[in-house]
Amino acid sequence: MAADDIYILGIYMTKFGKHTDKDVVDLASEAVLAALKDGGVTMKDMGIMAAGCLMGQGSIGQMIQKQVGQTGIPVYNVSNACATGATALRTAIMAVKAGECDMGLAVGVEKLAGVGLLGGGGRPKSDGNKWSPSGRFGAVAPTDGRIGTDTMPGTFAQVGMEYGHKYGGATFELFARISEKNHSHSTLNPLAAYSKAMSKDEIMNDIMISYPNTRPMCSANCDGAAAAVVVSGTKLKTLSLEQQRRAIKVSASILTSDPYQEACQVLPDVNTLTRIAAKQAYEQSGVSPQDLNLIELHDCFATAELVHYDNLMLCPEGGAVDFFNSGATWRTGSSPVNVSGGLESKGHPIAATGIANIWEVCHHLRGEAGPRQIEGAKVGLAHVIGLGSACGIHVLEKSAL
Amino acid sequence: MPTQVPHVNYLVLGDKPHLVANECISCKARFFDRRNACANCSGTEFKKVDIGTTGIVRSFTIVTFAAPGVPVPFVAAIIDCEGTSVRGNIINTEPTPDKITLGMKVQLVTTSLGSDDDGVEAIGFGFEPAK
Repeated sequence: MAADDIYILGIYMTKFGKHTDKDVVDLASEAVLAALKDGGVTMKDMGIMAAGCLMGQGSIGQMIQKQVGQTGIPVYNVSNACATGATALRTAIMAVKAGECDMGLAVGVEKLAGVGLLGGGGRPKSDGNKWSPSGRFGAVAPTDGRIGTDTMPGTFAQVGMEYGHKYGGATFELFARISEKNHSHSTLNPLAAYSKAMSKDEIMNDIMISYPNTRPMCSANCDGAAAAVVVSGTKLKTLSLEQQRRAIKVSASILTSDPYQEACQVLPDVNTLTRIAAKQAYEQSGVSPQDLNLIELHDCFATAELVHYDNLMLCPEGGAVDFFNSGATWRTGSSPVNVSGGLESKGHPIAATGIANIWEVCHHLRGEAGPRQIEGAKVGLAHVIGLGSACGIHVLEKSAL
Repeated sequence: MPTQVPHVNYLVLGDKPHLVANECISCKARFFDRRNACANCSGTEFKKVDIGTTGIVRSFTIVTFAAPGVPVPFVAAIIDCEGTSVRGNIINTEPTPDKITLGMKVQLVTTSLGSDDDGVEAIGFGFEPAK
């Protein structure tokens, strides 16, 4: 282990689902205390904390500290849409990498059960009865629903359909089969919000939200938290052999935003920033897409999973439909994708997602994933997209010990 | 007092309704919103350019579940208007997957959003299948 390498020393995710008796601070505290215990360390060992709760208050980090340990370390409260968790982790990694401290803590938490549709401002009843322009488009009336859609299911439906326009083959049935795969995978994950297999027909006949996304093809709103402890290679060498054996190397930690492309301000471009992040991640880690034993990618909707096969270069450009049809992304395939069940069934407590997907990969690399273990997993990738946009990619490798 | 106002300020009403964009003088990137600078090259000079009124459907979704107050179903789409991407609804046709297809040709049309207390009518736009 090289001195400037970064490792995940401890990591934890709570059960995703409905936690009526716990608030965000309870959930985050559970994750933090368990991640510290998993790493064999305490709050006193942490030199920095980064925390995120997208729908919550700005000082979530300090609120958690007041439950688990107020040690006076710097707290960075971060917010980056659905990439908030990955951003918190990356913040802790940057601090350790910069030499400011040798251990750091990242946590993401969200209470989202029963929230319903995300995105889309709706049409509040106006007080006055006069048309009067406002906003950046000088609109005299709300634009959502009159000039396209602001909803998340609708936005990501268009992302998938655009891929179909470009390359063909992206049918309603294909997207439903992607969802069928993730729901099938979820049956092996006891921490998933939903762990029920669903057939392609059940998925297609469920409530249509935004064609071609039916309800089970949308990420599940739920409550949950995840936390991780990161450590420098130098510090790890001083810890026990057991800690060294279970530590997972962070071979690449990348965060990008969306560079300008024609149309990107008309329909969010989730492709370009993912491709750039993936390229950087493969270069930084020296890992190729074909080396990956498992991939947790941001299937916020079934229509999104398809395009990310391509963006993460798991398949040749334009080849995502054929790639899925080959069976490659099932847990028995050559590039298992979302063996956790993905956001469609595991759930998507927004700020927790970007650490929970790291937990899933670490779980397999440590050989601790039980019935859903991908046998012999040595390297994995975790990807998130926050609309707006931010893309986080982490490449993780099993300890050489 | 005008008798009509456009839904958004990038819709030009009149005999030939059309959209206008702010085009960056230095790199030609086009934007529909109020600008501070260019997202592509950071240039600060823009000119108004007319956008073609015909195009093809590059992507769409049929929204059946929306925020309160938004009538459903409706078709939200991205239209390639002669090289410029435009966001808009597809109207004047049934919102079903057999009526809306990727690559179909569409044309810009206007639609009334109703009148206010002064009798001023707001005019919006959408796209309908090209004749």
